[in-house]
Amino acid sequence: MSVHTAIQFAMADITLRINGSNRKVSVSPETPLLWVLRDTLQLTGTKFGCGAGLCGACTVHLDGAAVRSCSIPVAQTGGKNITTIEGLAANGLHALQQAWIAEQVPQCGYCQTGQIMAAAALLAKTPQPSDEQITQTMSGNLCRCGTYDRIRRAIHRAAGGAR
Amino acid sequence: MSPLSRREFVTMGVAAGAGLVIGFYLPHGSSSAGSGAFSPNAYLKIDADGRITVVVARSEMGQGVRTSLPMILAEELEADWKQIAIEQAGASTLYGDQTTGGSASVRTTWDPMRKAGAAAREMLISAAALKWGVPRASCTAENSYVIHAASNRRLGYGELANQASALPVPTDPPLKQAKDYRIVGKSLPRLDTPFKVEGTAEFGIDFRLPGMKCAVLARCPVIGGRAASFDDKESRKISGVGYVGKIGDSAIAVVADSVWGALEGRRVLNVQWDEGPNKDLNSTAILDGLKKSATGKSATLYSTGDVSKASGRRMQASYQLPFMAHAAMEPGNCTADFRGSSCELWAPTQVPQDVRDSVAQATGLAPDQVKVNVTLMGGGFGRRLEHDYGVEAALVAKAANVPVKVIWTREDDMRNSTYRPASYHLLSATLDGAGWPVAFSHRIVSPSISAQKGQPGDGGVDPDLKDEAALIYSFPSASLEYVDTTTPVPLGWMRSVYALQVGFASESFIDELAAAAGKNPLDYRLHLLAKDEDIKYFDSAWHTARMRGALQLAAEKAGWGEPLAAGHYQGIACFGCFNSYMAEVVEISMENDQPRVHRVVAVIDCGQVVNPNILEQQIQGGVIFALTNALRGQITIDKGRVVQGNFDDYAPIRMNEAPVVEAYFVPSTEAPTGAGEPPVPPLAPALCNAIFAATKKRIRALPILA
Repeated sequence: MSVHTAIQFAMADITLRINGSNRKVSVSPETPLLWVLRDTLQLTGTKFGCGAGLCGACTVHLDGAAVRSCSIPVAQTGGKNITTIEGLAANGLHALQQAWIAEQVPQCGYCQTGQIMAAAALLAKTPQPSDEQITQTMSGNLCRCGTYDRIRRAIHRAAGGAR
Repeated sequence: MSPLSRREFVTMGVAAGAGLVIGFYLPHGSSSAGSGAFSPNAYLKIDADGRITVVVARSEMGQGVRTSLPMILAEELEADWKQIAIEQAGASTLYGDQTTGGSASVRTTWDPMRKAGAAAREMLISAAALKWGVPRASCTAENSYVIHAASNRRLGYGELANQASALPVPTDPPLKQAKDYRIVGKSLPRLDTPFKVEGTAEFGIDFRLPGMKCAVLARCPVIGGRAASFDDKESRKISGVGYVGKIGDSAIAVVADSVWGALEGRRVLNVQWDEGPNKDLNSTAILDGLKKSATGKSATLYSTGDVSKASGRRMQASYQLPFMAHAAMEPGNCTADFRGSSCELWAPTQVPQDVRDSVAQATGLAPDQVKVNVTLMGGGFGRRLEHDYGVEAALVAKAANVPVKVIWTREDDMRNSTYRPASYHLLSATLDGAGWPVAFSHRIVSPSISAQKGQPGDGGVDPDLKDEAALIYSFPSASLEYVDTTTPVPLGWMRSVYALQVGFASESFIDELAAAAGKNPLDYRLHLLAKDEDIKYFDSAWHTARMRGALQLAAEKAGWGEPLAAGHYQGIACFGCFNSYMAEVVEISMENDQPRVHRVVAVIDCGQVVNPNILEQQIQGGVIFALTNALRGQITIDKGRVVQGNFDDYAPIRMNEAPVVEAYFVPSTEAPTGAGEPPVPPLAPALCNAIFAATKKRIRALPILA
């Protein structure tokens, strides 16, 4: 029998700034942000796919940058602005969400919130991305339904340009 | 039109708990009509405000049934599509077999959904005619209104719902002609898209009950092993861990307040595994075993002429495919609330009725004490045809005496799954002086999924081989033989099931024959399909004309035979499964000895297209799924353990490797056939045939990038 030993973390009160509001949580500090969002705050639009930063289903923004919430301890996010799919648009739908509907991107839909968050961080930095820039950014996000063609079209549409 | 029992009809309305209801009991298929064994397979509710609710009795896993099935009903109902809402059916006794699989949702509900809509339309027309005191024939239905043109009067369906519900339900209502369709055949936006981009769509893993706990299970890493003993002292030190206990013979559940707590509790759980009889199992030996079995006893799937008497140039080749994993994006999960004499589940499942029955059996309840609600699914691909998630959740909830959501991690899913069986294929052919095959034979060696699950088919033939292993060409002599083997590796149905293996082997071999004959691979195939013929294969007939039509359209759209960009090469393949015909042309270049796929032209003939937007999704998705299978889809086993664990070593196609996929449909008003799986089988052979065109190197084993 291999022997494992528990390292005990004390629960900590952490104030998170999520989607423009302060949310106080009491969790063990090494908990990945993903599980605090999903289990503690019930923001379930952020998905669990691999738990290892490989698939991008858990993508959120940390001070505007796309990050994998499954691989970031919650303690490292205090004081930073966290944006999830639920807070992507101040009101109504973000241009990408509208484009995703217009291009009918989702099939099962499970990875799509992560895809949209990755694309939103790209557009914020690069409003008119090239095909190559889209490929480079979006290749971090897996889709088993194979929606890549439509994701590319939707990003171009949201960017306001024909490709 | 014979009215159905009023009593049954009223019962249905009351059961639904709605005021104004039109419900239907329709015979399940024409064969049961008059047998007295009625089972409803459609249900429709029209509220006084005109809202129309269609119950979807199949599971939504991305393939669009929550849109396409209501479209079929709405077409015949002459409904205003904007008024349609859907309700997801859980496990029920009212809808026949609710299994979502075998590319069957549209093809098996096409008739019942049309009849349900048409029957309601006829009742609404009758209700309006009675109300107005005018001849029924002078009234028409359109856009959720019944119209009496002569007097310029109209009544909305909502206004008529109450009167209509008092009328007998016609069992054989007239159905519309395809030329009059105004919903079916349109690329209507999917009803589920907005929720999926807002993040509000609730998948199984998102479901939450008040007071619910989260659980993960430690499972024996060796296939078929057991948990001998465990020590949970360290686990219980983790904050929030409430229960640790054995579930069945081979797993230990760790239940906590949160998923992370459960994961941490499991991480420090100390388990002594009894590795059991498979601790030396490895996949290389399994594949060798398949090869050794190739000449063993076989069952005949198809035979015509006499392949042994053919004379000419003899060709032979063998092909091999590995185990593969579904790897749906949403890992396995299920929520269960066990209450002593009842159990309710919220399950992302393709088989709610099987989950109900398995949970009943595992917990000692009766099936009617188990309620299964069907959630949205983050992909299925056949993995959610298994009942394991549901049974685990129920057993953990029962043991821990608390509502529980069981979650699998990615590694749990990769290593404790059911896998597409590995297979070996021995093909031979005899060519005449001109290079045309006068005899063709294919021996399929694969463990049987159904047999492993205790349901061997008639004559030792896995029933799935009957839907999927079509011989699509006309040969003077041909034989298709199946050699069953056994393996301890858990097997499951994965998108296109055996058609992937059979299609890869046979369409690669046809390409070899064309090359040996010095003929263009397209012309070679068209020659073998030239004569209009129905090739009878078990209960289906494969029409050479339809396969030829798909192949010709693919070649035309792909510009087969026309000049390509420098360094680009094309490969072609076609195959049939689930009663549909599929042809694909793959265009590649070689970079560092590896294929780069630039473009895939994919053509399907699946009869009447219900929603071209959704069908295009299915084709694009099927092709990308198949490309992962072809390039890297491989599960290996070493020391009884599945080697791969996450998306680094089982690496699906990403955008940087994804080709442009162009989908085309052969126009047809034939009844719809399968769409979700047929796009998968031709991709690997078309790709390998393109690699041959580029390199003269023949790939006879998948994955290509092994």
